[in-house]
Amino acid sequence: MKTLGRVNGIISNIVIAKVDGPVGQNEICHVYCGDVRMMAEVIKVIGDEAYVQVYDSTRGLKIGDKVEFEGHMLEATLAPGLLSRNYDGLQNDLEKMDGLFINRGSITDPIDFDAKWAFTPLAKVGDKVSAGAWLGEVKEQWVMHKIMVPFVMQGNYTVKSVVAAGEYKVTDTIAVVTDSDNNEYNITMVQKWPVKQAIRCFTDKPRPSRVMETGVRAIDTFNPLAEGGTGFIPGPFGAGKTVLQHAISKQAEADVIIIVACGERANEVVEIFAEFPELVDPRTGHKLMERTIIICNTSNMPVAAREASVYTGMTIGEYYRSMGLKVLVMADSTSRWAQALREMSNRLEELPGQDAFPMDLSAVISNFYSRAGLVKLNNGATGSVTFLGTVSPAGGNLKEPVTESTKKAARCFYALSQGRADSKRYPAIDPLDSYSKYLEYPEVVEYLDEHIEKNWVESVYAGKTIMQRGKEANDQINILGDDGVPVEYHERFWKSELLDSVILQQDAFDAIDANCPIERQKMMYNMVLDICRKSFDFAVFDECSKFFKDLIYLFRQMNYSEWKSEQFENFRSQIEALVNSKLAK
Amino acid sequence: MTTKAFQKVYTKIDNITKATITLRATGVGNDELATVGGRLAQVVKIMGDKVTLQVFAGTEGLATNSEVVFHGEPPVLRVSDALAGRFFNAYGEPLEGGEQIEGEAREIGGPTVNPFRRIQPSELIATGIAGIDLNNTIVSGQKIPFFADPDQPYNAVMANVALRAKADKIILGGMGLTNDDFLYFKQVFENAGALDRIVSFVNTTDNPPVERLLVPDMALTAAEYFAVDKGEKVLVLLTDMTLYADALAIVSNRMDQIPSKDSMPGSLYSDLAKIYEKAVQLPNGGSITIIAVTTLSGGDITHAIPDNTGYITEGQLFLRNDTDTGKVIVDPFRSLSRLKQLVIGKKTREDHPQVMNACVRLYADAANAKTKLENGFDLSDYDERALKFAHDYSEKLLSIDVNIEIEQMLDTAWSLFAKYFSKGEVSIKQELAEKYWKA
Repeated sequence: MKTLGRVNGIISNIVIAKVDGPVGQNEICHVYCGDVRMMAEVIKVIGDEAYVQVYDSTRGLKIGDKVEFEGHMLEATLAPGLLSRNYDGLQNDLEKMDGLFINRGSITDPIDFDAKWAFTPLAKVGDKVSAGAWLGEVKEQWVMHKIMVPFVMQGNYTVKSVVAAGEYKVTDTIAVVTDSDNNEYNITMVQKWPVKQAIRCFTDKPRPSRVMETGVRAIDTFNPLAEGGTGFIPGPFGAGKTVLQHAISKQAEADVIIIVACGERANEVVEIFAEFPELVDPRTGHKLMERTIIICNTSNMPVAAREASVYTGMTIGEYYRSMGLKVLVMADSTSRWAQALREMSNRLEELPGQDAFPMDLSAVISNFYSRAGLVKLNNGATGSVTFLGTVSPAGGNLKEPVTESTKKAARCFYALSQGRADSKRYPAIDPLDSYSKYLEYPEVVEYLDEHIEKNWVESVYAGKTIMQRGKEANDQINILGDDGVPVEYHERFWKSELLDSVILQQDAFDAIDANCPIERQKMMYNMVLDICRKSFDFAVFDECSKFFKDLIYLFRQMNYSEWKSEQFENFRSQIEALVNSKLAK
Repeated sequence: MTTKAFQKVYTKIDNITKATITLRATGVGNDELATVGGRLAQVVKIMGDKVTLQVFAGTEGLATNSEVVFHGEPPVLRVSDALAGRFFNAYGEPLEGGEQIEGEAREIGGPTVNPFRRIQPSELIATGIAGIDLNNTIVSGQKIPFFADPDQPYNAVMANVALRAKADKIILGGMGLTNDDFLYFKQVFENAGALDRIVSFVNTTDNPPVERLLVPDMALTAAEYFAVDKGEKVLVLLTDMTLYADALAIVSNRMDQIPSKDSMPGSLYSDLAKIYEKAVQLPNGGSITIIAVTTLSGGDITHAIPDNTGYITEGQLFLRNDTDTGKVIVDPFRSLSRLKQLVIGKKTREDHPQVMNACVRLYADAANAKTKLENGFDLSDYDERALKFAHDYSEKLLSIDVNIEIEQMLDTAWSLFAKYFSKGEVSIKQELAEKYWKA
């Protein structure tokens, strides 16, 4: 028996329903407005009144309208066939919706329930299994999609039967397991999981130790993101957050990429829709769209579903992680999600915290970030969810609550600076303010020693020092004037400019420069560092700036050239000749 | 507003505040319109049988026995081709008399276009202004505001852009427009012989501020009619969105909501996004492009209104008075069109992106030189040349009175490069420099 309710109050998208039975916090319900059936979530209960936030517009809703409670929380549907789909925040498939407009109460299936999948069993009769154990697999795009014991099944089970290899629908029973009391459970390829809860079917969550390559030099070389790690990109508007996220989503070395467009511009999502089916992943040769899932709740879509969208994305990420895959989840922007929380809290007339955000904002954010991570699964395999969020700080002020709370939760900080963006130094990642805590992890240092070269992290810190000293020298030059400082100051400044122009700046719109593989990064970085360590003979500061400008010009051409092509080598010898001509005797 | 026979008339109001009234009524839908003592009002809150209405024109003079009639529907606009060439108030009623429009009644503030059904914008909108076309190219389906100080000629620039943009329809949403500005728009459009392409929804400074809240939705409902039903290219001009946001703040304040930054409602971002996100390129070839104005106070872009706007729109255009040339220019540093990447070098000449970047970089060098000069330092030869370049660049390209084709803009830039710099200093991809350098 479902609990029923009647609408007794409406304030914007919050509806107060008088109920005739039990209701749970965060339970899903449906509000009927004429023929339209709208999804809603319980956010507060007082006596027999449930406060529900409706994931749609409440226009035209009347007192006395019917509310039906479903007895479960907001769930994601997990099954083969999720990859390359475009969902709204509640996992409705946008592609399947009719018409140009999204009408209220539009609901579509998240997967194709009629499709057949070629199933290969992995478990044998008699195997002891628990939630998350792999019973078999199907090939989804080019990912081996594991069919698992549903995460909701607690305790230990024994496999009683598994179907033979063959074609099955997701709703077909592919295995039967029994518990210790010999109760039988039929297992299909589809399961559901409440999005606000983390999937915890693993034995261990070790510290991240590997680096996830993104092809962006300012990240990979200077502040690497660990596989299973967390990072965030705060920046004022126009600083290039979205361009950077798109670049990473195209190039990152991951098996599955989940892009959550959370309260941002629709045209940005359209860009992904238009580009990804065409672009090819350089590592695998497959279309980018084949490994991508887009969850899209743009800024004009219902606010309440915006909050749900990040959780839906994370849950799907955890699902693929449980198959032993490398997943990258990206959310643009988590500030919009925080704002959705603020709007809710405001309507509930809760006492506000800083900037009218709810008091528990910090806890909610860190709880969410903690769902990322590298995990050791029960069968010994490892999987990971790497999470990268953007933050849109109000007024570009990094002291606002969302940035501060996120800073406590995320391990990498890629601060986009207005100054760099204004002078078109893209990506505008500030070299001095940004950091990656992973550079301090001994595991990561060891990994980089092995995978790039010995003492790599030392080189990285050397580069950071060059940037720091360059900035100090520049400050002095600005105060004392070009002639007021020794020429060495100019040299120091121009060395930092060289590093900035060649390594930190990168043209995301150039076919070659956009994606810089780690081998190439290593070579370019060592070349630049090598020059920065040399001493030069300059009589006057003009000579110094001209030398470095010419050098930067040649290096730029090199960045635009095919790696190790004739052109590339040609520029390299020109650089060597130029450098040798000015070396200190 | 005529009352229909079966409508129940209420004559007992319980509470009256500055902007809202509350009464006991049943069978009322959320967001529904009503007439209160002859004034339009909208349902904003229902608690049991207590209905709270927001009275757009304010509650001055309303009495507890004023007549309340519910209309049974949310605000609508009657749409048809007859909209073209007409001027309306915020409620969609014809100004200066004239007949009511016959046509289908459409709810304003309707549903969202499914992002999956959108088309990626790819059509350039040429304005002839190099500060826009060269540096910040606008694309159909884009939404972009002018960030301007109240004393800058933003309405004139916008009217110019609208007329040059070759749109099928231009829809003007005026919020808190002074009567002078309203007459200016009317006159400019009339002189250009474009009145039959224009639909205007105007709330002037004489009208109550809360009425403004209806203007963007009215304008965009009309825009959707022409773009979706007729497949036309529609340009929507919204001026001034700061006054719109101020009206939102007034309402939320009177509804006892907790303000967030700068006394603005916590939902400001979503409220503005609902408007701007109506900009769209449709599969049928129709499109809605929004050019808006957000006036700044003292050039402060960290204020909640420009700040939230910047996060929603696809870039922004800054106007600035250039003291060197005495002209109003489109500021190359702070202006940005996010969608320009979709057309520059693709729909325009291949050298466009690099030329644009080089110009801005050299202009930045000139700005540094200027700082040096102001601080009393000697200028190098390069600094001198950069300053001269900046002067020419500002006069021949950035100034808003420039009106030339994009190819001409690029050629002008190349000749300025050659006049003042060496190839190495301009630092453009070698192949391009070889092809276009004006020796």
